[in-house]
Amino acid sequence: MGAEGFEQATFSGTGLACRRGGRTVFADLAFNLENGGALVLRGANGSGKTTLLRLMAGLSVPTAGQLAWNGTDAFDDPDAHGARTRFVGHLDGLKPSMTAAENLAFAAQLWGDGTAARVGGALEAFGLGRLAELPVRVLSAGQRHRLALARLMVVPAPLWLLDEPGNALDDDSQRALARVIADHRARGGMIVVAAHGAAPMSDGMTLDVSSFAAAIPPHWSDAA
Amino acid sequence: MHKYANPTEFMRIANAVLPWAAGVTVICFMVGLPLALIASPADYQQGEAYRIMYIHVPSAWMGLMVYSIMAGGSAGFLIWRHPIAHLVARASAPLGAIFTALCLVTGMLWGQPMWGTFWVWDARLTSMLMLFFLYLGYLALGEAFEDPERGDKAAAVLALVGTVNLPIIHFSVEWWNTLHQPSIFTMKGMTISADMIWPLFAMVFAFMGYYVCILVLRLRSEILNAKIRNARSARAAQPMSATTTAATQGAP
Amino acid sequence: MSGFGVILARDLKLALRQSGDSLTAIGFFAIATVLFPFGVGPESEILARISGGVLWVTALLASLLSLERVFATDFEDGTLDQLLLSGTPVSLIVLAKVVAHWATTGIPLIIAAPILAPTLHLPASGYGPLLAALALGTPTLSLIGAVGAALVLGARRGGVLLSLLVLPLYVPVLIFGTAAVEAGITDMAVRPPLLVLAGMFVLALTMAPFATAVALRQAAQ
Repeated sequence: MGAEGFEQATFSGTGLACRRGGRTVFADLAFNLENGGALVLRGANGSGKTTLLRLMAGLSVPTAGQLAWNGTDAFDDPDAHGARTRFVGHLDGLKPSMTAAENLAFAAQLWGDGTAARVGGALEAFGLGRLAELPVRVLSAGQRHRLALARLMVVPAPLWLLDEPGNALDDDSQRALARVIADHRARGGMIVVAAHGAAPMSDGMTLDVSSFAAAIPPHWSDAA
Repeated sequence: MHKYANPTEFMRIANAVLPWAAGVTVICFMVGLPLALIASPADYQQGEAYRIMYIHVPSAWMGLMVYSIMAGGSAGFLIWRHPIAHLVARASAPLGAIFTALCLVTGMLWGQPMWGTFWVWDARLTSMLMLFFLYLGYLALGEAFEDPERGDKAAAVLALVGTVNLPIIHFSVEWWNTLHQPSIFTMKGMTISADMIWPLFAMVFAFMGYYVCILVLRLRSEILNAKIRNARSARAAQPMSATTTAATQGAP
Repeated sequence: MSGFGVILARDLKLALRQSGDSLTAIGFFAIATVLFPFGVGPESEILARISGGVLWVTALLASLLSLERVFATDFEDGTLDQLLLSGTPVSLIVLAKVVAHWATTGIPLIIAAPILAPTLHLPASGYGPLLAALALGTPTLSLIGAVGAALVLGARRGGVLLSLLVLPLYVPVLIFGTAAVEAGITDMAVRPPLLVLAGMFVLALTMAPFATAVALRQAAQ
């Protein structure tokens, strides 16, 4: 792990709204994160936790509102925003025919580090050291998920966005994840986690996405 | 500009346009059809058969014009996220496809007496055929997704890609045509006498008026559809208890 | 740009490990070409007359069929999200994937074409123009096809739909590609159609990656 921390930064959203499939999922949502900050997204199924996470990653565009990194609009340069973001979603984003180590090495090269120096450490942190040379094809769903989480560590980035990271993890891996997250925050990293069950950190703010549900812009409703 | 992004405001204007467009359509057809089919002289070369031109040429123009409107609407939707621009594009697409199909069918019917066969790889006809396929692709892509918004955006990109390609396709087909059939009589060389030009114009305006009428009617139903969807999702978003009461009372 | 090279290298590595994809495209190219003599009869003059067009049409379809998967696997396993968040401009990601596609299907097609051409009695003077035209035309097919492949990500009936979207856009390449072969056979100038193909390649290279990038970002939303 690099000893140096991340630069001073803020990540915030204001007035965020999102429409999916013709319906407004949430509207007028706001949040604010600073170095070391953690945000836990709560809410019922379909309340838009995943949508909000993808929006924070810059993968989807809000219908209204602003997403800002250090005060500048994150969508001004989506590539730069992507580069400071690590995202672990429902899909693991791993290539079945490459080995666990190759998958992480690819990520390390892609994110510009060039070296695969942290790959071994990342695998060890999630107890995957012995599986390094196995093709991902033969790994179990839980092992793949751990590998996707280990990818967070191969090149440091200040913003982690995790969608239900605790799912399909055994107790040891849950603890490993909590350690890794604590480390990340100790160095000044930010983290947003969508979670149903226990969150992988004890502190942190909670944002109930359900409470921002659906208000229709007036001119599209029948009342206008 | 953003005043017209409000569907209610937009519909107020569109509804005001509708009777005028309908009037233009009726008058132009009433003037144009008798002129075209009876009053204008027969062609010295083709006799009466050429009269199908009065349907063929306006539908060809409309096929192209509607595609450019569709492309403009798609650009407005992608660049400025203008919701009405997109509705115009999507509502226009089937109309443009029908105009293009009409152009192809009348072209084939015209081809029979002119060339002795229903299909000749005439450059213009071939280009219209390619345009028809572009329309089909747009329509199919717009309907191909579970999430309608994804279909809308993908179709808009396709419309713009098609716009860049249409001139290239046209140029290629024209070049190909001269390469293979240098001697055949083409519609391109035809000159139109003054007696024929006025009925033709009348028919073109009739077609345009018809397009505007149908477009407004389609937009009206699209906007109502959107409002119904919104009302439904607003209901779905209400707390569980409210939804069940509404359900037991029966949906209006 | 390092991202370009990394993605290209990974795609080539994956293609090597799953070389079935390339082989399938070549197999399709061969069988589709060989079907024509059964359809039009084995007479040498007729086959020679249509050989250029047949090779072009079948090569074009083979390229199209393999294009369907160019983004689909990354889309389905979540790699696309990771690529979009890599900080590499999306149009460069697209370009890397298109180059990989061309290297794994375009080049094998170019190699297979002169091997298949004798079955259609392609006259000797047609081989040079055929290879040159394929070399200039198949990258354009990959570039244009990539736009379609990105647009149909997540669609129902993606493969059939892709053909409907992309084939009309392939017509100009087909016209000039075939014209180059015909010019070679009939001792006419081969340069003009080849130059047009080169022009189309440059145009596709400057525009298609950006359109594809827009379509990919839409698909990820």
